[in-house]
Amino acid sequence: MPAATASQTVGPYWHLIEDKTWADATRFGATGEKITFTGTLTDGEGALIPDGCVEIWQSDPPASETFPAFARARTGIDGSFRIVTLKPGPVPGRGNTQQAPHIAVTILARGLVKALFTRAYFEGDPLNANDPLLSSIEDETRRATLIAHPRGAGIWHLDIRLQGGNETVFLDI
Amino acid sequence: MTDPVPFRPYVPGTQPAYDSPEYRSTGLRHPKQTLVKLAHTVTETTGPQFSPSHFPPRADLSVHEGKIALGERIIVRGRITDEDGRPVPHTMIEIWQANAAGRYDHPGDTHDAPLDPNFRGDGRVFTDADGWYEFVSIKPGAYPWRNHHNAWRPNHIHFSYFGPGFASRLITQMYFPGDPLLALDPIFQVIPDEAARNRLISTFDLAVTRPEWALGYRFDVVLRGRGATPMENP
Repeated sequence: MPAATASQTVGPYWHLIEDKTWADATRFGATGEKITFTGTLTDGEGALIPDGCVEIWQSDPPASETFPAFARARTGIDGSFRIVTLKPGPVPGRGNTQQAPHIAVTILARGLVKALFTRAYFEGDPLNANDPLLSSIEDETRRATLIAHPRGAGIWHLDIRLQGGNETVFLDI
Repeated sequence: MTDPVPFRPYVPGTQPAYDSPEYRSTGLRHPKQTLVKLAHTVTETTGPQFSPSHFPPRADLSVHEGKIALGERIIVRGRITDEDGRPVPHTMIEIWQANAAGRYDHPGDTHDAPLDPNFRGDGRVFTDADGWYEFVSIKPGAYPWRNHHNAWRPNHIHFSYFGPGFASRLITQMYFPGDPLLALDPIFQVIPDEAARNRLISTFDLAVTRPEWALGYRFDVVLRGRGATPMENP
């Protein structure tokens, strides 16, 4: 049987398939605790990435007819993205563990030959202390790159650095 | 509680490395730290499912508001399966591409080639119950880019697939048989394994070709299969 097909970059013109309404995962009438997830993408020289694509997926609340649990947003000239979704709760981890509330994040961009995967956790959540992924990252500074910070009511912010000083933890999945 | 069955690891050599210097834009955008291995949980084994009611298909890129785009009309048909050969049914495929002159309908594209008011270059289709998909388009033109002196991208169509889980996401590009630019293209060449690379080249298919109307190309794609967890091994 053949192996999975090879990845190629999303390139600079992926916006042809962009639909700005996709940045709001609650647009089909989802009910629950709405949050705004914001952040920036920067490169190895700290330059803001203006042509990136940020996608999110969450396994909680479960996807339904009114909540795709998925959203996609572009980064703007200022390297920033903005997504509206529902606040996730904890979900099971492997081997009877529990995972702290988190959002799975996919980064696509020109110059990325395949997707980068990371996660956003929520600062101050007591379950973070026992989350299997967070606990597996011994370096506190590295671990902190996965924690979104509150920025006003219902707004959570995470800066994602693709390379260099304080590089975000990316996941091999 | 039973652990979810993970997707299996990629076959070595079949996927490009983030750090691929021949493709210059990777320079400042690839992570330098080792990626953290994550055993798949429910977050990675499940993923978004798209229904045609919320995400209406657009399977003919060759016509815009009733007017026919310029260029060579083509039909692209293929099958999406997983690594075990099982069809991936009812999965959404996104498509985008340059027009026949090699120009994207995108403000960032400044290539001195004409736009076509009847060609937008975006599409969306769903596989059927057996994993088959098909769409109609215009053969995209080659275009220059600034990666190195006299750099040209081969004719290509961009594809986006979601598959059954978060970890089965795939973005790729489909190429055309016999294109002399393939050997010179750092983006195509970024895939180490030659066989894996060549699977991105569609094949001309007379069975897909419609007489008196359009040439047909076949492009099959394989998404990640599921692997047994260590605990489930005998």
